[in-house]
Order: sequence, then structure tokens, then C-alpha cells
Amino acid sequence: MDVHDHPTTAERDPGAALFVRGLVKTFGSFTAVAGIDVDVPRGQVFGFLGPNGSGKTTTIRMLTGSIAPTAGEAFVLGEDVIRHPERVRARIGYMSQKFSLFEDLTVAENLRFYAQIHGLGRDEFAERRAWILHMAGLQGREDELARNLSVGWRQRLSLGTATIHSPELIFLDEPTSGVDPVARRQFWELLYELAEQGITLFVTTHYMDEATHCNRLAFVYGGKLIAQGTPTELRDSFGPGATLEDVFVGLEEQSRLRGDDR
Amino acid sequence: MTDDPGLAIRGLTKSFGEIEAVAGVELDVPRGAVFGLLGPDGAGKSTLIRMLATVLVPDAGDAEIFGLSAAHSPDRLTPRIGYMSQRFSMYPDLSVAENLEFFARIRGVPKPRRRERAPELLESMGMAPFAKRQARLLSGGMKQKLMLASTLMHDPDLLLLDEPTTGVDPVSRREFWRILADIHAEGRTVLVATPYMDEAERCTHVGFMDAGRITHSGTPQELKDAIPGTLLEVIAPDPRAVLAALRDQPGISGAHLLGNTVRVLVARRLADEAPPPGSAVIPDTVRDLLPANAEIRPVEMDMESVFSHLAEEAAA
Ligand SMILES: Nc1ncnc2c1ncn2[C@@H]1O[C@H](COP(=O)(O)OP(=O)(O)OP(=O)(O)O)[C@@H](O)[C@H]1O
Ligand SMILES: [Mg+2]
Repeated sequence: MDVHDHPTTAERDPGAALFVRGLVKTFGSFTAVAGIDVDVPRGQVFGFLGPNGSGKTTTIRMLTGSIAPTAGEAFVLGEDVIRHPERVRARIGYMSQKFSLFEDLTVAENLRFYAQIHGLGRDEFAERRAWILHMAGLQGREDELARNLSVGWRQRLSLGTATIHSPELIFLDEPTSGVDPVARRQFWELLYELAEQGITLFVTTHYMDEATHCNRLAFVYGGKLIAQGTPTELRDSFGPGATLEDVFVGLEEQSRLRGDDR
Repeated sequence: MTDDPGLAIRGLTKSFGEIEAVAGVELDVPRGAVFGLLGPDGAGKSTLIRMLATVLVPDAGDAEIFGLSAAHSPDRLTPRIGYMSQRFSMYPDLSVAENLEFFARIRGVPKPRRRERAPELLESMGMAPFAKRQARLLSGGMKQKLMLASTLMHDPDLLLLDEPTTGVDPVSRREFWRILADIHAEGRTVLVATPYMDEAERCTHVGFMDAGRITHSGTPQELKDAIPGTLLEVIAPDPRAVLAALRDQPGISGAHLLGNTVRVLVARRLADEAPPPGSAVIPDTVRDLLPANAEIRPVEMDMESVFSHLAEEAAA
């Protein structure tokens, strides 16, 4: 791992959704995340891209306070997630790579479970529940078992459970993997609705047409952040007519040839 | 493509309790095809594939595969079929290499072939550095790639792949399709369910499944040709606003974003009309909904639009 001079917390914008410096995670002798710096202003739809195994999920698990970093610092919504993971958890939502639903609970029961975890009051729960059922188009299906829902519905319910406590920032780890094209588009419309309410979204995806719709993109390879910019900036840096797919393939190849693997 | 029998599926049916997951599927897949199975979530694709893989016994109907009945001769068929399910089905505490070795051995792949094929597949999928890692410690996409590699270790006459590239990154996805092209060139038959429409474009044949039935099948071009209407591409500063303006308007049967552009399916088939001299062939009904500075041009039909159209038709 190369050693950078990381900017210190002194220049940290306390209003930022994410301020991350030199984030590292090792598992035994293997370095999964090798010193990542990220800044995400509030209200952005931020796309976190990279090949399989490049460290995206591991980074998210550190930023959501699920695992402790080996080194580095990370401020989430102005809170130090390493020292105060519980303060951060109350204010963020997390939709993991596998939908975290209770298969043998109903739609309503799944929502109630997550509401209880977050200690929502009765009125607040009633209000959030109504909003989520509406948003996800799940009205009238409150009593269906989660396991009987098709993928698109499960995915929207999963987003609902992740947003039950009105988080200011939501981490979405491949939220649309394995979802059909029409359901996928509907899901992105939901994401835009959330973004329009000022909620910050941190999204991973392997679909480059989805990446196009992010405000800003970061590309990781071998646990390092190797490129960043708006979709247009990244495309332009690869020459006229380049698609984001070309950018992804190009960055991957450059990094591999340069030997950026761990 | 030869006249050899590939798959002839007749009246194939399977219910789970009240739900008829596969409801009398009729389908022919030519031998040597790369057949893409498309359809909305919950259409019954996985259940259909499981019956073809002979792991699930149909309630009614049958599938003849290379002249053998899936219902009556599963034992003779199974060795000729490679099946990759949607669920992770490797041993979590074996390493990547050990899993490949184990499954290839029980499938009867000879040792020299195993020794040659495993490193080759791992290399092409960018998994070579992780050969010794326990499967449970792999990332989501790496697990998927391990399953793919394991399925490709042997050389079955028919490969059944249930959404094999879910969670797989774009580079590995290209590599995987390069491998499928080799398999196709060897004359073997592939049936692959996929939610990726760029993958559907690469298939020799596709079928659209909805509510347990195959409602349309043919080459990708045939399905495109059957869509009534013309696809237009709109380039404008705010594509999402354009999309919102076009939604549910009369004469417009669909609109979606593709990269920075909006693709609009207009109901009229413009190509059949002589374009009025000097003016674009864009109907005023569309033009009026768009900002003045929008660029509009007809483009070739894409599978994304085909999918939306067929899904909407099925829902109606
Ligand atoms: N507990 C662990 N022990 C050892 N290695 C691990 C562990 N967890 C993750 N890894 C490794 O860390 C690397 C990064 O994994 P991660 O899940 O973060 O990748 P990812 O970028 O999310 O990939 P994908 O696109 O496939 O989801 C991988 O090589 C993975 O095998
Ligand atoms: Mg991941």
C-alpha cells in the first residue's frame, strides 16, 4: 500500500454526508480496502463503481459502522463513525447486497420490526408506514408474506425497511441486481424521489446505464480509489463518443496492466 | 443451425399450491442456439429451467431434449446437461480451486482436463489470485463467478444458466459472453435467463415469458420487427424532465432513459410513411412535448423497448 499525506480533519466540512480519509481494512494478510479518500456532499446521488472484489461492500460496511476499519478516519453526516457507530446508525439507511427481509413475516410486520429497532413512536410509525406503502406501491399487500413477493416488490419493501426511520443518507449496495428492466427503472424513479427530498444516496451498481444517472462517480480497483468525477467528465476523459461501459472497461484494463492488484 | 432436434417443450406445467408457476409452456429451441429467456420477475423462468434440468418433475407436459424425454429419461439426460441455479451452491469452507476440482470430479471430467480448464477459467474471470480463498469469504460477484466457472468446467451438450451474470462486473460479463461464444461455436446449446437486455441482444434466439407462458419467441430481430411503432432518440439537457413529459401521452407507447438520452417508442410506424420534404419525420404530437432545443432522430429498435412493450402488453 502506498502512503499518502492525508488531509487532516481540520479541512473537513461538517455538513458533508461523507468525509473519508485513508480508510483501510485488512483481513489477515489481505488488504481489502487500501486507503480510500471520499467526499460526498449532501443531497448527491453518488455512484461507487468497481470490479467484483474491489472492496465496495467492505467500504460500505465500514461506513455503516458494521465493521471497524483497520486504519483511517470516516465522518458520516458529521459524526465519527469509528467512535460513535450508534449515532451514525440512527441517521442512515442501509440496503445490503442481499435484501434483508424476514421471509416469514408479512409486509407490515417487516416494517414494524425495523420501526421497533429504530425506536419509532406510534404516530411516527403510522405515518412512515403509510408513506412507504404508497412509495413502494405495496398498499393492499400489507398482509402478504415477504417470501411470496416477487423480486421487484421485495426490493421496494427492502428500500422501505431501510428508510423507515427517515434517514438522511442511504447506502444501497447493488439494489437492482437481478431485477427486471422495468422494475429496475421504477426503482430508480423511487431513488430520484428520495434524492429530491434532499436525501443523499451512496449506490453501488454494475449497470453502467444506472451509473449515468448519478451526480458523481468514484471507481475503485484493488481497494484503491483510482478515478472520480461526474459521468460526463469521466466519459470525456476517455475521448469522444465513449460510454461509461467503455470507461469502466478502460479503467479496469489500465489498472490491471499497471499492476494495481493487491 | 442444423435440423437436429434441440429442445421441444410441450404443455410443460408446474404448480406450487395455488400458484401455477409454469402454465403449459410450448417452445422449440434449435440445437446449437444461444437462447435468451426473458420476462418479468416472477414469470416462471427459474421453474421452467429447473424442469429442463430434470431437478423438478413437471405436473404435466414434457420436454424432449436431444430426442430424450425429461420426464421419462432424466437419468440419461442429466449427464448431458450443465445447470447453474440462481442460488449459491458451492461449499463455503472449500477454497475456490477445491470447489472447482470437487464438482468437476463428480461430473466425471477427466483429471488432465480439470488441471487445464480450472486455471484457464479462473484467469479469464480475474479470479486467479483468489484460487486459495475459501468460498465464503468471496465478494458477491466473485461467488457468482465461481459458480459460473464451476458450470463451465465440463462440456455438456446443453447449458442451462439461470441469471448467471447477476452482480457480475462489466468486464467479467464481457469475458463470460466471450466464453459462451466459444461454446456456441462448438455447436453446443445454451439456454440463459437474463435481466440484462444487452445480453439478450447477443442471443441467437430469445423467448419472452410471462405468467407461466412463453408469449413470444424468435430471433432478437424478429421480436423487434414485431413491435408496432418506431423508436426515437431524444437528446436534451434534462433527460428526466423529457421522460416525465412524455409519459402516458397519447401516441407514445413507451419511454426510457438510455445513458443521457431518452428513447421514445411512438405508436406509429414512421418508416412506412414518406417523410414530408424538408421536415423531420417526427410527429408533432411528440415534438410539441419536447423542449425546443431537443434533438430527435429515429433509431433502431432495442431489446429494452421490446421488453417494456411486451411486459406492458402482458400486464394489460
Ligand atoms: N471476512 C473476510 N475475510 C477475508 N477476505 C474478505 C472478507 N470479506 C471480504 N473479503 C475480501 O475482500 C475483497 C473485497 O470484497 P467486497 O465484498 O468488498 O468486494 P465488492 O467490491 O463489494 O465486490 P462485488 O462487486 O463482487 O460485490 C474480496 O477479495 C473479498 O474476498
Ligand atoms: Mg459487493
